[in-house]
Amino acid sequence: MVNWFWFVLMAAGIIFAAISGEISPLNDAIFAAAKDAPLLIIELCGMICLWTGLMKIAEKSGLVQLLGRALSPLIRRLFPDIPPGHPAFPAIIMNVAANLLGIGNAATPFGLKAMEHLQALNGQKDRATPSMVTFLVLNTSCITLMPTLVISMRVSAGSLSPAAIVGPTILASTIGLCFALLFDRLIRVWYRRR
Amino acid sequence: MEALSLYATPVLMIIILLSGIIARLPLYELFVEGAMEGLQMCVKILPYVLGMLVAIAVFRSSGALEALSVVLAPVCRLLNIPAEVLPLAIMRPLSGSGALGITADIIETSGPDSHAGLLASVMQGSTDTTMYILAVYFGAVGIKKYLYAPAVGLTADMISFISAAIICNIFFA
Repeated sequence: MVNWFWFVLMAAGIIFAAISGEISPLNDAIFAAAKDAPLLIIELCGMICLWTGLMKIAEKSGLVQLLGRALSPLIRRLFPDIPPGHPAFPAIIMNVAANLLGIGNAATPFGLKAMEHLQALNGQKDRATPSMVTFLVLNTSCITLMPTLVISMRVSAGSLSPAAIVGPTILASTIGLCFALLFDRLIRVWYRRR
Repeated sequence: MEALSLYATPVLMIIILLSGIIARLPLYELFVEGAMEGLQMCVKILPYVLGMLVAIAVFRSSGALEALSVVLAPVCRLLNIPAEVLPLAIMRPLSGSGALGITADIIETSGPDSHAGLLASVMQGSTDTTMYILAVYFGAVGIKKYLYAPAVGLTADMISFISAAIICNIFFA
């Protein structure tokens, strides 16, 4: 799908420019964009490294576990199909905690572990279970408390208030997550009845 | 909301550092180790960002983006969404680094504090790469039938986008 999207952007642009005869600005734009890409990454690099460095500390210090413990009652309620005390729970909880802190690198291993445990509970091995869907919905629409990468981009572009988007971002993703969990629950009920 | 945004970075920093000191960790060494991973990530995302920046530049400079925005104008006007942000809404669920490239482009060209720049920032931060996550996690355990997961995930993305547009209209009026 990404392949198609990329192709359509390029092809539509080039054909459009050819028809309207705007080939010279097209050339300028291509060269400028190619030149800007590495500059952009260099500008972002410092902030990215600062946060991955700090998050490494959070990962090792037990901060992620602490957040996980706080989330645990909420998360258990989302998975009525998993027996209490099942090893899937710690993995799910740690995955969500790491996602909340925006540590993708730490979230993925926990997430894969959780999927293995959920697969062990699955009767039809090529077919997703409702718990798996809930878990992945939790992943794809998870709230990030600190969108560090976006803030870095805004800093390097000279924003007057780079962090102004934090509150609105948390709010928008919270709304998305609530709707996602609601849809998931409704479809799950419908799916069972079928 | 403004205070929350302003305090978020320093407060999170001090919490992380305190948690590390209490756990008696070699703070600085861990920091450097993590920062090195960040550096590798920067190198890794460069080709994705480059590819997307060039494609978006072609699409925009040719006038194709303008043509698309004329077609979608009624929808966009309803929610006050600038046309530049539309490719981001399509890209966000498909490719994380691709979306990053588009967000970077909008922030650079329209300005970080413009309506398009703010909305793109909120959109980029508030959702994740839904299709990629489904492919990786289901793929890892050999699941081929995703049930209703893509439907729920993509609907949630759409709702996050619409909420982002409405929230930006309210907060950054």
